Amino acid sequence: MIRLSIPLRQALARLSLPLMIAAAFGIMLLGKADTLLAERLRTHLSDALSPIYAALAEPMAAVRSAIQDLQDLATLREENGQLREENERLRRWHASALALETENQMLRRQLNFLPEAAPAFVTARVVADGGGTYVRAVLLATGPQNSIRKGQVALDERGFVGRVTEVGSRSARVLLATDMNSRIPVALESSRARAIMTGNNGTRPRLQHWPEGVIPMDGERVVTSAEAGAFPAGLPVGIVRLSSQGVPEVELFARLDRLDAVRLFDYGLSGIIPPEAVARPEPRSGRR
Amino acid sequence: MATPPARRPHGRPAPAPGLLRRIDAFARVAFPGFSTAFLMVLAAAPINLPSPVFAMALPCVTFWSVFRPTAMMPPVVFLLGLLMDLLTFAPLGSGVLVLLALHAVGLRFRYFLVRQSFLTVWLCFCVAAVGAACFYWGLQSLLGLRLPPIAPALNAAMLACGLYPAIALVLTRIHEAMLHAEIAP
Repeated sequence: MIRLSIPLRQALARLSLPLMIAAAFGIMLLGKADTLLAERLRTHLSDALSPIYAALAEPMAAVRSAIQDLQDLATLREENGQLREENERLRRWHASALALETENQMLRRQLNFLPEAAPAFVTARVVADGGGTYVRAVLLATGPQNSIRKGQVALDERGFVGRVTEVGSRSARVLLATDMNSRIPVALESSRARAIMTGNNGTRPRLQHWPEGVIPMDGERVVTSAEAGAFPAGLPVGIVRLSSQGVPEVELFARLDRLDAVRLFDYGLSGIIPPEAVARPEPRSGRR
Repeated sequence: MATPPARRPHGRPAPAPGLLRRIDAFARVAFPGFSTAFLMVLAAAPINLPSPVFAMALPCVTFWSVFRPTAMMPPVVFLLGLLMDLLTFAPLGSGVLVLLALHAVGLRFRYFLVRQSFLTVWLCFCVAAVGAACFYWGLQSLLGLRLPPIAPALNAAMLACGLYPAIALVLTRIHEAMLHAEIAP
């Protein structure tokens, strides 16, 4: 240490605070005059400090993950409770479903009800959109071994897609429900009213020709109807949505804009076959 | 750390060797500044807290200015303020001035504060912290030529008030140990 006389030291001690305040103002001026200086200093400082922070990062990450674990535990608990409750509810539904099933079987036995045969289906990959006569249609790649015929019903994993309109030896074209030429007989599930779903080349087909006294409600489920013998009854189609003008439209369950594979069901129905075929259609395999 | 051994044998101990003694004294003088800087650097580590650097610097600087001004000298305060400015992206010089002002106020009232209870000191510190935050905010708006929101500054002041008891508890222990070490020989 440098030895200083006591009065000098006292003077220095008394002067240092004003001096430092003056230096603070000087630094302010410097910072205003040369803005890059502060940035450079900051960069140097963070360069020097980065090893400290890097060393700190590990324990801090550990603490953070521990906190996260605790929070996860709390949510887990809550979720567990919810799941238990839901499980209980589903169990009740399951029991009631079993009871209904046995009751259904008993009633069928009493009525001598003829059950419908499970329909056969083939799954085909969608290889192209559009093209052909129609705006909204997809082309399917079907193997020659599958007997696809006109009028078969196409469904994706969610619901109704359309009908087969043209059949080649290795491909088939499906007219989607959204095409302008598509007319699908449907039924509103809650009111059991029949209607026709008309495509308009948009995303949502419209509902038409519903009986008087029935108003399609927003959110009502729409299923196919067996009217005219073109479709089996009860295939899921979509949900009624009222447009901004109050026109009832159908929001389809099927995702027509991202079709990758569809199932073609053969219900053996031949009510209304798309044009060009007037006679009873033959299975395609026979004409190959 | 510079914490000297709190317990020494009674009676007159043998005089310590010159070098060790000097290191001891230097450590005692340097501890407040270095510990404060270290705490500020720690507070600047990326965690999810609003501006903890400011809130960490205020209690340390105030405590040492009031209770041990020989170790918290104006140049040290100046360097700490500079560190704060560099760590917090505030305009250069604003933190320096705020800490120096706080230091000056602490020095001015230290004879009054030293004799008060902890609660009184804490209350005084809270008032000073809010004042310092407002001053800091004013300086920032003046130097940046725009009006930043005042809420973060007040948050930082609140945080400083909340941190003060915890910091003061530890620092009081260390301060007492230092006093003990100074009186004993």
